[in-house]
Amino acid sequence: MSARTPCRSGFSRDSMPRRSQLKPLLRMALLALLVFAGHAFAASGAIEPLPFKDHAQEVRFQNLTKQLRCMVCQNENLADSNADLARDLRLEVFQLMQQGKSDAEIKQYLVDRYSDFVLYDPPLKPGTWLLWFGPLAILLAGGVVVTVAIRRRNRGNGAIDDDKPADGRQAGNAPADMGDDW
Amino acid sequence: MKRFVPLLVFIGLVGLFGFGIWWNSWHDARYVPSPLIDKPAPDFALPKLDAPDQTVTKASLLGKPYLLNVFASWCVACAEEHPVLMADGRALGIPLVGYDYKDVPDDARRWLREHGSPYDLVIADQPGRTAIDFGVYGAPESFLIDAKGVIRYKHIGPLTPEVIARELQPAIDAVKREAP
Repeated sequence: MSARTPCRSGFSRDSMPRRSQLKPLLRMALLALLVFAGHAFAASGAIEPLPFKDHAQEVRFQNLTKQLRCMVCQNENLADSNADLARDLRLEVFQLMQQGKSDAEIKQYLVDRYSDFVLYDPPLKPGTWLLWFGPLAILLAGGVVVTVAIRRRNRGNGAIDDDKPADGRQAGNAPADMGDDW
Repeated sequence: MKRFVPLLVFIGLVGLFGFGIWWNSWHDARYVPSPLIDKPAPDFALPKLDAPDQTVTKASLLGKPYLLNVFASWCVACAEEHPVLMADGRALGIPLVGYDYKDVPDDARRWLREHGSPYDLVIADQPGRTAIDFGVYGAPESFLIDAKGVIRYKHIGPLTPEVIARELQPAIDAVKREAP
């Protein structure tokens, strides 16, 4: 609705050429790269290089920005997104790091402004209980249903109709009931 | 009894998927409630668009409620919202402060000249640094800020006559009752 830079995903891989074609293609690609490199960098604003203190800090930065959501392209994280705002926020995260802020402090800084939604990993709190424990509850409910069904089948040995009293038939006729059961 | 179980499961699934379709037909996935509602607006000091040597601060706007409207000349949805502000902006009864977001000042000035300005005052945030403090992630956005500088209401996306009647005007009325 409002992103200045459209959400761009990476290169598609389904158009890979066969190996025999690769060499001339590669040469052409390199040539094209040389010719257009200056242009591309000026125009597209590729993920900008940041002056990290050392490699450890760069790894920390990459790790942190991967856990943060780009608010403009909501299925992209801050590390990958090419949106304008993502670029600004990367710079912001970088500057906060230079100020000696911890990862938790930087996350809180962004949560204060953009809500929990910036975190890919939602925090555990009453509002997110359903999110965290819902799947587990469904799994348990399914387990209960299966257990009850198996127990009933073993006990009644295929007596499907609850209204009729179990008549003590033995296991032999179980397959005949399969179609009716669930 | 048991033969109805698949039917019940089917009806349950239809209900679930139906809810999903209904929910997604009106719910905007991009809308994220701002954590800043009922919190003091962040401090800012930004130049006026028309007079870049003059700075407008949060403190200088205290004392009466106003609507801070984030826009930009590059923003398509802002052009959609613009006629609504031109038509209904005055009737809101509070000053309209334009917040020119990550824009080239010349472009913004030309845009306002061509389309007309609904604003009483326009401030420019070219680097977009202050907008991060406001939690802006997509123009247009509108913040209702009360006389004490507290953000009372926020709308993300273009203001429409319906949104104004249903949400913004009642919020403005509430704020004005406190500080006329």
